[in-house]
Amino acid sequence: MKVAMTINGTSQEHEIEARVLLVQFIRDVAGLTGTNVGCDTTSCGTCTVLLDGESVKSCTVLAVQADGAEIMTIEGLADPGTLHPMQEAFRENHALQCGFCTPGMVLAAVSLLKENAHPSEQEVRSALEGNLCRCTGYHNIVKAILAAADAAGAEVPA
Amino acid sequence: MTAVVGTRMLRKEDPELLTGEARFVDDLVIPGALHLAIVRSPHAHATIKSVDLTAALAQPGVVAAFSGADLRSEWAGPMPCAWPVTEDMLNPEHFPIAVQTACYVGDAVAVVVAETDMAARDAAELVDIDFDVLPAVVDLEDALSDRVLVHEALGTNRSYTWELIPAPEAVEEAFANATHTVVERFVQQRLIPSAMETRGVVAVPAVYGGEFTLYTATQIPHILRVLAALTVGVSESKLRVVAPSVGGGFGSKLDVYAEELLCLALARRLRRPVRWSEDRMENTQATIQGRGMIQHMELAADADGRVTAVRVRLLADMGAYLQLVTPGIPLLGAFLYGGVYDIPAYSFVCTGVFTTKTPTDAYRGAGRPEATYALERAMDALARQVGVDPAEIRRRNYVRADQFPYSSSGGLIFDSGNYEPALTRAMEMAGYDDVRAEQKERRSAGGTKHLGIGLSSYVEMCGLAPSRVLSALRYVAGGWESSTVRFLPTGKVQVVTGTTPHGQGHETSWSMIVADQLGVNPDDVEVLHSDTSIAPHGMDTYGSRSLSVGGTALWLATEKVIEKAKLIAAHQLEVAADDLDYAGGTFTVKGSPDRTMAIGAVAFEAFTAHNLPDGLEPNLEASSHWDPPNFTFPFGTHICVVEVDEETGKVDVLKYVAVDDCGTQINPLIIEGQVHGGIVQGAAQALFEEAIYDDDGNLITSSLADYLVPSAADFPSMQTDTTVTPSPTNPMGVKGVGEAGTIAAAPAVMNAIIDALSPFGITDIDMPATPQRIWTAIQQAGGTNGGPR
Ligand code: FES
Ligand code: FES
Repeated sequence: MKVAMTINGTSQEHEIEARVLLVQFIRDVAGLTGTNVGCDTTSCGTCTVLLDGESVKSCTVLAVQADGAEIMTIEGLADPGTLHPMQEAFRENHALQCGFCTPGMVLAAVSLLKENAHPSEQEVRSALEGNLCRCTGYHNIVKAILAAADAAGAEVPA
Repeated sequence: MTAVVGTRMLRKEDPELLTGEARFVDDLVIPGALHLAIVRSPHAHATIKSVDLTAALAQPGVVAAFSGADLRSEWAGPMPCAWPVTEDMLNPEHFPIAVQTACYVGDAVAVVVAETDMAARDAAELVDIDFDVLPAVVDLEDALSDRVLVHEALGTNRSYTWELIPAPEAVEEAFANATHTVVERFVQQRLIPSAMETRGVVAVPAVYGGEFTLYTATQIPHILRVLAALTVGVSESKLRVVAPSVGGGFGSKLDVYAEELLCLALARRLRRPVRWSEDRMENTQATIQGRGMIQHMELAADADGRVTAVRVRLLADMGAYLQLVTPGIPLLGAFLYGGVYDIPAYSFVCTGVFTTKTPTDAYRGAGRPEATYALERAMDALARQVGVDPAEIRRRNYVRADQFPYSSSGGLIFDSGNYEPALTRAMEMAGYDDVRAEQKERRSAGGTKHLGIGLSSYVEMCGLAPSRVLSALRYVAGGWESSTVRFLPTGKVQVVTGTTPHGQGHETSWSMIVADQLGVNPDDVEVLHSDTSIAPHGMDTYGSRSLSVGGTALWLATEKVIEKAKLIAAHQLEVAADDLDYAGGTFTVKGSPDRTMAIGAVAFEAFTAHNLPDGLEPNLEASSHWDPPNFTFPFGTHICVVEVDEETGKVDVLKYVAVDDCGTQINPLIIEGQVHGGIVQGAAQALFEEAIYDDDGNLITSSLADYLVPSAADFPSMQTDTTVTPSPTNPMGVKGVGEAGTIAAAPAVMNAIIDALSPFGITDIDMPATPQRIWTAIQQAGGTNGGPR
């Protein structure tokens, strides 16, 4: 069947099998490999993307369900050669080691701050519950997200 | 140029990982690649009577399908084990795919190769295998009884018994004369390493040239190259192994795996690239697991609680087969059951046992977390017996700073250490006295939420490894590392290293070392690694070895480069080499500060070769191979504060403090990250994780929904600090930090939980200390509702 969606501003229209998952569509059909797959039980969040602005685990969505949607993957978060403030914050705070969880983690964090511009540490931790990282112990990830929230706050004085 | 070593330089690796540009194995586009799916045994133990591939072969897109018997002729040798720990160790011959008997759930029994991953997996479901199911043996002590044999031909499940008892009489005497003895039995549950990237492999044949390239998510491309060549029977010189970006390893990618050999052999047979991508369930079953031990731990002590002897007996679960270093894992802890304490008499015996479960092998810390856990739990038990604070019992027993280098009764020479300041600092940071005071108050108030404080002091042996020691331990290879440093014509520096980073940031740290040595900008240093064509010599990354062994090889190579550059600079400046000083990348004529030559300019002269001293070769390049004379011995103390709710059994970690000493620090930012990640992995063993098997040998926890890898919500932010006691083992004084957190954390957390439960008279809880386990223990102790009785 035919599926059409926009990924990072580019329209992607392809003929696929009905059982193809959104993450497979992104990786194998659109060829964007920044979105990773870490499990088969929707537990790890490494596949997190933004679907019409909201973070979803792209392994839980069929590509056909995303027909007509706007998808943003890690490749689309910042202009080529630049980093989004959240990516900057991750780098500044050493919030990644192997980097496998990182694309999903960054997008989950971006989506969190959209909903809650100034989360507490506890709110950050709860919001990240669906995104696993085996390397960092989360300490620096939480720190990075709080720092990004602070920095964004500084730009828009209340 | 100001020094960069010691600064919190941001990582060079990050931008490509943050933007999705990095390529993991699964991201590689390989035209024409076939996809491999593996049919795995659903039984823990079964004879393969027949394999019917007909239905699978009839599926659209399927190119080939094979049984283990069909592929038997592909193997030049059995799966390798590089560590026959005793002369009489039993090692059952096994192949990448089972030929007659499957010995654990997940053992490969057939393969399907198809044009797409989906087609291969669909067809794999149609392979019809007739099994004769045999009894499973899951429990370690049951396995030791030989009631059920995992490998009939061996006649026993005992693989080996390895002993380290330097002075048996001294141990007997110490126990005979002891005022206090501690006798404990601890269970090290099996753990699933759970790197977020599962394994993946692509084997690409060059059909006419005869070469193969093996892309694989591995920590050990160099070791793999040798052993894959020998096992599959291809020439080592025709095999290139590449580890692209690797998404975490923790020891689980430190192995020679069946799927790597299968892809290689099938690429040879089918003359097309063959790729395989592990799903998470396969990762829980077919990737090695860690720990899996029963520890009998005894301490003898005098009236003051000074430990006079330690006696350890281990049963270690090998699983169904011996993988690369399976039998050696307990040996990596064998020397450390005396830890940071000055204990005169030592006895260690370990028996390796086969069970019908996934093979075990190295998992972060490998032997050392197990040793530290048993010792630190036992030290707390001793403190209770003697009636002193856990901090005091540790102080009384530490090896003193003036005893270094310290010859341990286990036979190692600890290079340097200063244990008490780390404890003192950790207690300060934790507000130890205040927490103890609060604990006392709460106890007399009689609430239902109990405070507990847990300490753990550790020493590890890192920097694997002095080759002669490895030889004495019967490991079949050496433990050196290698590096090449070369100036490019424009003054940029290229570094080739034999280490294989997969999250540790070697590109950053190695650049920092070179920057200071050669006076270049770290951004002008390019670090090449993880490809046997580019870095042909290496021993890879594990055992906190990369910096202390690989970093030292690099440092020595830069010294050689400087030495050669000095000859050229002296020639150009028309002075003797001895008349030159060198600092920060510049040669200066002694006494004439205006007569200088930058090393970059020297490099250009070395490149043009227009005006070199007679007989000197062009270019500035040097290699070094460093074999460490000893291990390094990082140490520290961690403190955990928990609150246990007696009504639910739930543990809340309120505070976690870590003071670690890894010697000289190259990049504190990276060190902290390693410590954080290690702590949460160690704490996860204490609180959440366990590979659970049923009596038939089925893995119950075969997904991330069942196997509880902690999330951000499960553990608080940590307070970390360091002390710095340089290592005399290598010129930079570095020690290694990759495993420290994992080693220290599990005992700190468990000691805290047991401390919290001590008013109930509870002195032992098995890991993981789940709410269920704790609640049950409280019930059995007759507790709850209104607090301790
Ligand atoms: S791949 Fe794990 S949640 Fe999607
Ligand atoms: S950085 Fe490795 S899994 Fe998060």
